[in-house]
Amino acid sequence: MLCVAGTVPSDDFPLVGGVVSLDGGRLRIGKLNIDVNRGTPALLAAAVKACEALGLPAPFAYLVGDTGSGKGSHRLYAHLTETLAGVSFRTITFHYLQPIVHRHARLLSVLRNMDSRPRLIADAGYMYMAKMSGEASAYDLFTPDVGELAFLADEEAPHPFYTRGFILHEDNLVPDLIARAYQHRNAARYLLVKGKADYLADESGVLETVDSPVEEALEAIGGTGDTLTGLVSVFIEAGFDIRRAAVTAMRVNRLAGCYARPTPATQILEIINHIPRACRDAQVELPVTAEQQDNIA
Amino acid sequence: MAILDFLKSNKNKEESTGPESNCDRGILLFENTGEVIQAETVLKQEGWTIRVMGPPPEVRQGCDLVIEFPLIEQLDILRILETAKLPPLRIVPVIGPLLQPVDIFHVKDFGEHLMVRAANMKLTIDKKTGVFVNISGGGCPDVPYLAASMVGRTITDAPSPRSIGHTLCGYALQLAYEEVKRRCSA
Repeated sequence: MLCVAGTVPSDDFPLVGGVVSLDGGRLRIGKLNIDVNRGTPALLAAAVKACEALGLPAPFAYLVGDTGSGKGSHRLYAHLTETLAGVSFRTITFHYLQPIVHRHARLLSVLRNMDSRPRLIADAGYMYMAKMSGEASAYDLFTPDVGELAFLADEEAPHPFYTRGFILHEDNLVPDLIARAYQHRNAARYLLVKGKADYLADESGVLETVDSPVEEALEAIGGTGDTLTGLVSVFIEAGFDIRRAAVTAMRVNRLAGCYARPTPATQILEIINHIPRACRDAQVELPVTAEQQDNIA
Repeated sequence: MAILDFLKSNKNKEESTGPESNCDRGILLFENTGEVIQAETVLKQEGWTIRVMGPPPEVRQGCDLVIEFPLIEQLDILRILETAKLPPLRIVPVIGPLLQPVDIFHVKDFGEHLMVRAANMKLTIDKKTGVFVNISGGGCPDVPYLAASMVGRTITDAPSPRSIGHTLCGYALQLAYEEVKRRCSA
């Protein structure tokens, strides 16, 4: 089962763990409802839609309220550190968490010592933390946008806010920034870079590029990166190798965006609602397992 | 003086990044970035010449900002912050270069909408109505909260990121917000 850890923008929201569902336009976990605007709720809503399209169980989520003070994030890091060793998720995606150096170090120690190591995906604040701590290579996949890629490429920046101007400059090409991120060991095993064109790369360079359909307005819409991270997480959990999962996620996310006929004022839920159609049109199907292949033979 | 004005006014100054040039400066460390933003507002209102910067590696904890100030003014500055109930956790002399906040903006004109990006944060406004229509990017937990508080409201009645944000992403959004305001009032 896919596990997602992140935050909800409300200080009153308790620390919870459970399987999520979508009820109309709201995410549901236990008896709690959450608006789907952007951030981790948008990632989870996209993941729920993709799981439904593939016939997979809905994701499990660890969520906590945090509006930026970091208090909720502290509690969630501590809870994950205590809990994850005793559960068996195949894929874990870490998302909107406050970067906190010592909390991350303890959690990573637990992840490294798990009997069966899950695939580890990091985005948003948790990805900043993984890079800042010098532990990027412990993760399987980062999903930065181009601005965040510049941060990964800047070996001195502890947060995108401090990315140096000569690296942030628009003339820098994505493949060059990818190479620089790997050169300084500030990238995960794979990078999925979200932007005008989407890229999948590893330390050898760009492996895949998906650049159509193009909707310029998507850049302005909050949550489009979160949905892509949710989709690739589901496809990895479904058994696709990371390369195929990334390409499939890039295509589905772009198709869903296109079907929403977006303007810069479009909200992310309008795009999420098109994911089932996008999955159908991209002909996303569960991979055949080795056991199934044996049965066919 | 707003951070944006400060960044601009300092663009042409010689950078003081060496240890020798910093020996008369100290940094104020706070519990969280929200307190840094509040302390910056208080000190600038009182007319002090301070700078919001990135912390040196040895005191870095995560999503950090510090306030650089003239060490000789330490007692006066501490008095003001204690009166404002914003005492710093620690005061450390500056012995090496500090990180500079981002000061490059990317602007995209969609016709009816204008998008400004500062670092990893993008803010988009309807040029005709002055309504913020989207906030994109960022990764700290106050970004969804800031978006929920600002999107759908006008540039005149939406809260500023500075007033409700807590993190570096919130601070980057403040820079984008000030650039949007500057462009919309020009």
